[in-house]
Amino acid sequence: MDYSYTLLILLLPLLGFALLGLFHDRLKPMMSGTLGTLNLVVITLLSYYTAFLYFSQGSGESGYTAVKAFNVLWLSFSESLQIHLGILLDPLSVMMLVVITTVSLMVHIYSLGYMKGEKGFQRYYAFLSLFTFSMLGLVVATNIFQMYIFWELVGASSYLLIGFYYERPSAVAASKKAFIVTRFADLGFLLGILLLSFYTNTFDFTTLTSVDGVAISTPPTALFLGMSVTTWAMLLIFMGGAGKSAMFPLHIWLPDAMEGPTPVSALIHAATMVVAGVYLVARLFPVYVLSSPDSLEVIAYVGSFTSLFAAIIACTQLDIKRVLAFSTLSQIGYMMVALGVSGYGGEEGLGYMAALFHLFTHAFFKALLFLGAGSVIHAVHSNLMTDMGGLRKYMPITHITFLIACLTIAGIPPLSGFFSKDEILVAAFEHNKIIFAVQWMVAGITAFYMFRLYFNIFWNRTPVFHHTPHESPTFMTVPLILLAIASVLAGFVPFHDLVTSDGKAFHTVFHWMIAIPSVLIALVGIGIATWFYKKQNSIPDQVVQGAKRIYDIVFHKFYIDEIYLFITHKVIFNFISQPVAWFDRHIVDGTMNLIGDTTVYGSNLIKKMQSGQIQWYIWFFTSGVLLLAFLLLYLN
Amino acid sequence: MNLQAEIPLHYMIVLSTLLFFIGLVGVLIRRNLITMLMGIELMLNAVNINFVAFNHYLYPHRLEGHFFALIVMAIAAAEAAIAIALIINIYRKFSTVNVDDVDELKY
Repeated sequence: MDYSYTLLILLLPLLGFALLGLFHDRLKPMMSGTLGTLNLVVITLLSYYTAFLYFSQGSGESGYTAVKAFNVLWLSFSESLQIHLGILLDPLSVMMLVVITTVSLMVHIYSLGYMKGEKGFQRYYAFLSLFTFSMLGLVVATNIFQMYIFWELVGASSYLLIGFYYERPSAVAASKKAFIVTRFADLGFLLGILLLSFYTNTFDFTTLTSVDGVAISTPPTALFLGMSVTTWAMLLIFMGGAGKSAMFPLHIWLPDAMEGPTPVSALIHAATMVVAGVYLVARLFPVYVLSSPDSLEVIAYVGSFTSLFAAIIACTQLDIKRVLAFSTLSQIGYMMVALGVSGYGGEEGLGYMAALFHLFTHAFFKALLFLGAGSVIHAVHSNLMTDMGGLRKYMPITHITFLIACLTIAGIPPLSGFFSKDEILVAAFEHNKIIFAVQWMVAGITAFYMFRLYFNIFWNRTPVFHHTPHESPTFMTVPLILLAIASVLAGFVPFHDLVTSDGKAFHTVFHWMIAIPSVLIALVGIGIATWFYKKQNSIPDQVVQGAKRIYDIVFHKFYIDEIYLFITHKVIFNFISQPVAWFDRHIVDGTMNLIGDTTVYGSNLIKKMQSGQIQWYIWFFTSGVLLLAFLLLYLN
Repeated sequence: MNLQAEIPLHYMIVLSTLLFFIGLVGVLIRRNLITMLMGIELMLNAVNINFVAFNHYLYPHRLEGHFFALIVMAIAAAEAAIAIALIINIYRKFSTVNVDDVDELKY
């Protein structure tokens, strides 16, 4: 099978970026929007075609095999240190191609309506292309170094997109925060890459993750601080993934990143960038599970804690995009949990499959939620749910699609969220009962805060609007409808036949014992939300008053941001940065200035010797010659 | 008569050394550019005496020293022509041939 055309999937968005970026002023806004969208239509079709080709060839005896569609030697430092660039196609990356291009296409179409008339419309489309390019490059990377390159590109392009409204100080601050936090995490990633490749002598994913490869069959046993080097490397790599996927305690950038345009939030913070961490762990999953199960345990606990933590905060937020941001954190926590509790091969690998299944379904319904929220914001010109209410009469399409998304994320059968969440709960149940209990609770909280959001936007009291809200233009409603269809149907994709830990299909059994309680708790969550928020009443206020203290802590996101500010401003700035700055200014610069000043002083002293008096020159010259002559005579 | 028997080699060397240092002192202490030029010519001639004397006393059957002396003379003539052209130009610009007043090229 020849997949060399897949190079186009990478080159087209890059070309789009170059074209839209270079000619941004020469193109009319709608022209560049249309160009960008058409470009992405082609890329999406190519990705679908690739997925069709790849999965229709059948899995065979040994499961789906990874295909290197393209691989060139880029840098060759030595025999063992060689860096390739290429395109790797395996079930994981093909699935990601479909997810990324679909959501990106929806966002492109939606932005034609949402961003209409914005200043910098062309720039926006150029950045979208750049982001799509980096994300696609990340998922098809053949080796961990190429992945790192695109990983950083994703960071840079998300910085550009979050800071799109660069005239707004809060957007600038948010983009810087996102960049710095993820960059800090990427430091760990880089260290992990170096450690891992130093001991295994390879960057290549296929070699790293093959069961009889060095990393798995003979993992390095060197110890550092009581942990094996492999565990250190895998934990450091997970740190990079945790930064991008906004796992606690590196989650602080994600809520602030909502300063970007809403379609950007849908693209970056629902479907693509934030799942990069999940993708990374899944990509190196055999190494994690077979040679460093301890680090996988850490991933499970971090994911579980983040999902609970974020779900609790989401219940108190008033900004609808922030609710969705924390909900994203919570759902990514689910995916991490699923990876963390998974084993390798066959039914043991249920968690792995469930994580990617959830990634797949979550991409659609979360993008739908964000785009729906964007549609609402577009209509009422506010992010706060206190300015909303009763919108179901004005925006029927947004209302119905948003409701579908809420039901999906709450896990109501037979919508897609039910299936993927159910698989995760089964995997957690078989591995770790505590984590299962937490995730089960989080399922209920999720249903509660999503319906709190839903009722506050579309029901409850109707505030006085500045002008009557109206349904969004067609460009915005079409992606909503398409994504709603995808959210409903995505659950029927036979993931256990397609994307599994060892590439082989396995059979899943439907567990009534897990499914019934999880649906029940979701219904309880929805019920409470209905009771609280469907009609305007004083119950929520009474609850808040009853637990004022706890509510305040949760509303301020457990003061994590304040703790970070304290650590950075008070501790690091005062005790590290300022002494370092002093040292730099006085010792380092001082040494250099001393050398410079001495030279100037010395040259001032002796410059008078160049007097222009030729006879002095002759005198020095002659005396020098004579001196040399005497020296030679007498020293010999 | 035998010149070598009458006048030994070191007489010649003493003569040329004296001549050289007279020339050098002339270059060093005279302020007039033309006099300095004359000092240089004296130094060149001191060298010439050495060339001819060593050739004559040490290698009487060879002629390199003599030829070198001739070349030095030719160079000296060319050098004198250039030097005098320079001095005339200096005089036109500075209205003096005093070397102390010609000190524009300095720090």
